[in-house]
Amino acid sequence: MNENREFFYRRLHSLLGVLPIGIFLIQHLVINHFAAYGSGSFNTAAGFMHNLPFRFVLEWVVIYIPILYHAILGVYIVLTGKNNTRRYGYFRNLMFLLQRITGIVTLIFIAWHVYQTRVITIFTQETIDFDFMEAILTQPFFFWFYLIGVISTTFHFANGLWSFLVTWGITVSPRSQRIATYATLLVFLGVTYLGVRSLLAFGMGV
Amino acid sequence: MEATKTKQETITIIVTRQNDPSSAPYEETFHVPYRENMNVISALMEIRRNPVNAEGKETTPIYWDMNCLEEVCGACSMVINGTPRQSCAALIDKLEQPIRLEPMATFPIIRDLAVDRSQMFDSLKKVKAWVPIDGTYDLGPGPRMPEKKRQWAYELSKCMTCGVCLEACPNVNDKSDFIGPAPISQVRLFNSHPTGALNKGERLEALMGEGGIGSCGNSQNCVQVCPKGIPLTTSIAEMNRATNIQSFKNFFGSDTNY
Repeated sequence: MNENREFFYRRLHSLLGVLPIGIFLIQHLVINHFAAYGSGSFNTAAGFMHNLPFRFVLEWVVIYIPILYHAILGVYIVLTGKNNTRRYGYFRNLMFLLQRITGIVTLIFIAWHVYQTRVITIFTQETIDFDFMEAILTQPFFFWFYLIGVISTTFHFANGLWSFLVTWGITVSPRSQRIATYATLLVFLGVTYLGVRSLLAFGMGV
Repeated sequence: MEATKTKQETITIIVTRQNDPSSAPYEETFHVPYRENMNVISALMEIRRNPVNAEGKETTPIYWDMNCLEEVCGACSMVINGTPRQSCAALIDKLEQPIRLEPMATFPIIRDLAVDRSQMFDSLKKVKAWVPIDGTYDLGPGPRMPEKKRQWAYELSKCMTCGVCLEACPNVNDKSDFIGPAPISQVRLFNSHPTGALNKGERLEALMGEGGIGSCGNSQNCVQVCPKGIPLTTSIAEMNRATNIQSFKNFFGSDTNY
């Protein structure tokens, strides 16, 4: 490669956010949504994912390593920016700021979420099923923590999808970028519905 | 509202001043006698003629940069009431008072309102924002450009390196080496020129270099503030596409990556 690494790193950062992380997010929330059909449905769906062959490899290659890379470069990107929404309160600049705020919130949320459901459980030998999540999400603090975390994640994904389309030169014209704003808004609403609906199932039993 | 504004006899200007590149900035207020059709520059000239601040104390004349006085050179850019723009085109009658003048602090400040924009000219050199035709013999006329394309390219060529887009960009700052929107759009201009296109690979390589297009965060402030209405974000997206294709060519081994 002749080009400077920075270009490659930034492009990889953009790509990983959608592929595989974005795809994984949708899959994760679709599986979670089985909770809305009752604990049996959820346990079957989660059990299927849990018993996938090469789960360990899949988790590291599709989830942990890409997220870790995206998070580390993401924090660097946040630190090298200088937000100026007070002077330039344009819509896209606000989205730029929100993308950075939700990035940090999502990082904290995911770090805790992985710790709570993947790290501690290695030692406690607990099975991660409907009852396990119910025990967490019926605590008001964790319900709100997860609610904010999930919405932050889905926003970061949907708005990141908009930037992805620009970064990869897919939406070039102002018109296509404007339509992409509405399209990614629909993505945000759809994915957020999946996430919040399953949180309600776990936390409120509805 | 407009009538009372023009009837008042003095205008109040608050200037963020700085004695040299390393000293601390401070604010100084001035009252300037109103004349019809004044712009920020003529008000600054008035202060220079009589450098007395609002407290009646004699002070140093304000230092600023200017040249063409018709919004085509870009030299007199400063932040006026919170908006970076050219002071020659900022009419006093259209500004809310007190008028606040600040330097574009994204750039190194030379003194008062004058900033050093040389990083922009360095970036233009880095991305080779010109059509190289120098040589040892006459290359003859280049290919003709369709009139429609010429009109389109003219819009991009209006860039006067004024620095307003860099000032508004959250990713252009002292923690980042991002070259900013202006030179990216210039690559698009010169790469679409029929003769300039002969070197388009080199320019794209430069955009893929340090502080290049990868550092754009799509805040799109640039296109909002550009005084020339240049479609900067369209240029950036188009160059995103072009640099991606270039990098695929480089990596996957095509030998036509010039």
